[in-house]
Amino acid sequence: MTRDRVLELYFMEARSKVIDLAAFLDRLDRAGNGKDFRIDALHKALKELQDGKPERAKRVLLSLSDPTTEPLGAATTKAASGAWPGAK
Amino acid sequence: MVSRTTDDYLAMVTAGCQTVCEPAFWAGYDRTSADGFFDYFRQLTEYEPKRAAKYGLDHYCWICLNPKEAEDLSLAEEVLKIIPQFLDCPNVLGVGEIGLNKNSRNELKVFERHVDLAARREELILVHTPHLEDKLKGTKLIVDALKADSRINPGRVVIDHVEEHTIELVLDAGFWAGMTLYPESKCTAARAVDMIEKYGNERLWMNSACDWGVSVPLAVPRAALEMRLRGHDLREIDKLVFANPLKFLSQSKKFRSPM
Repeated sequence: MTRDRVLELYFMEARSKVIDLAAFLDRLDRAGNGKDFRIDALHKALKELQDGKPERAKRVLLSLSDPTTEPLGAATTKAASGAWPGAK
Repeated sequence: MVSRTTDDYLAMVTAGCQTVCEPAFWAGYDRTSADGFFDYFRQLTEYEPKRAAKYGLDHYCWICLNPKEAEDLSLAEEVLKIIPQFLDCPNVLGVGEIGLNKNSRNELKVFERHVDLAARREELILVHTPHLEDKLKGTKLIVDALKADSRINPGRVVIDHVEEHTIELVLDAGFWAGMTLYPESKCTAARAVDMIEKYGNERLWMNSACDWGVSVPLAVPRAALEMRLRGHDLREIDKLVFANPLKFLSQSKKFRSPM
């Protein structure tokens, strides 16, 4: 697929997603201040888009992942939150 | 979810789908006894094939206790006792979707018990990998557990829901990799085709999510359209949406090619 074809097929969609993300962060600000590990993780993931290096999707997914290797003692919930709460 | 709607079946057949493979899943609540699983397995093996047949769709399924319900070890053991009789049913392709959800010790024990059952019976295995932040760790634990069992032939195992950060782990270990397509939140058709372009088309297939969240029954035909828009030729598209699944599933003596 040519570069022009990639832009033709996907630029508008990507543009829309960036605006959606910006609007989400604005909405969050309007809802008040406060820390949340998911937002911290999102900001950290965004940095992966800006370094010009390849495999951005893989690196974003890795940055949002639980990096530990030992099984949990017990499952206390069924749902995943989208970001690892233990990230610093 | 536990059943496609009639509209879903009609749309799938109209779009050219020939066969549906439905993994045993979570009912949206934890079943309180092995009897609840018994009834569900009857739905998968008796009623659902008849429902799908009304639309000209071949229906196959996989049987197991889903990892979301694997925390209760005593219940899991009860359910494991009734699974073999259902594995003998004519539309059951193997054990699945087993795997991990939150990567707990009990989930891992129940996963290994299912793997042992599949190995003893020489069944195909369909593996669910956890979602979102739990996927990387869960995929590593699953691959390690499967590799530790010398009876397991990786070519008879499909590890599902791979994404960009787990696909190499699965393919490099010799397993089949499934890309489960979602309209949002997880792997989209565009990202799946990106992975095909990067990693090739061997031991890869795509499937549509049939989850409690938003999912699209026509996700695979839409991924085929995505490939066409990018200039993939019809042979390449056919390999991903038809030939590859046919190759893997034909390892089950019960599977009949729709052609």
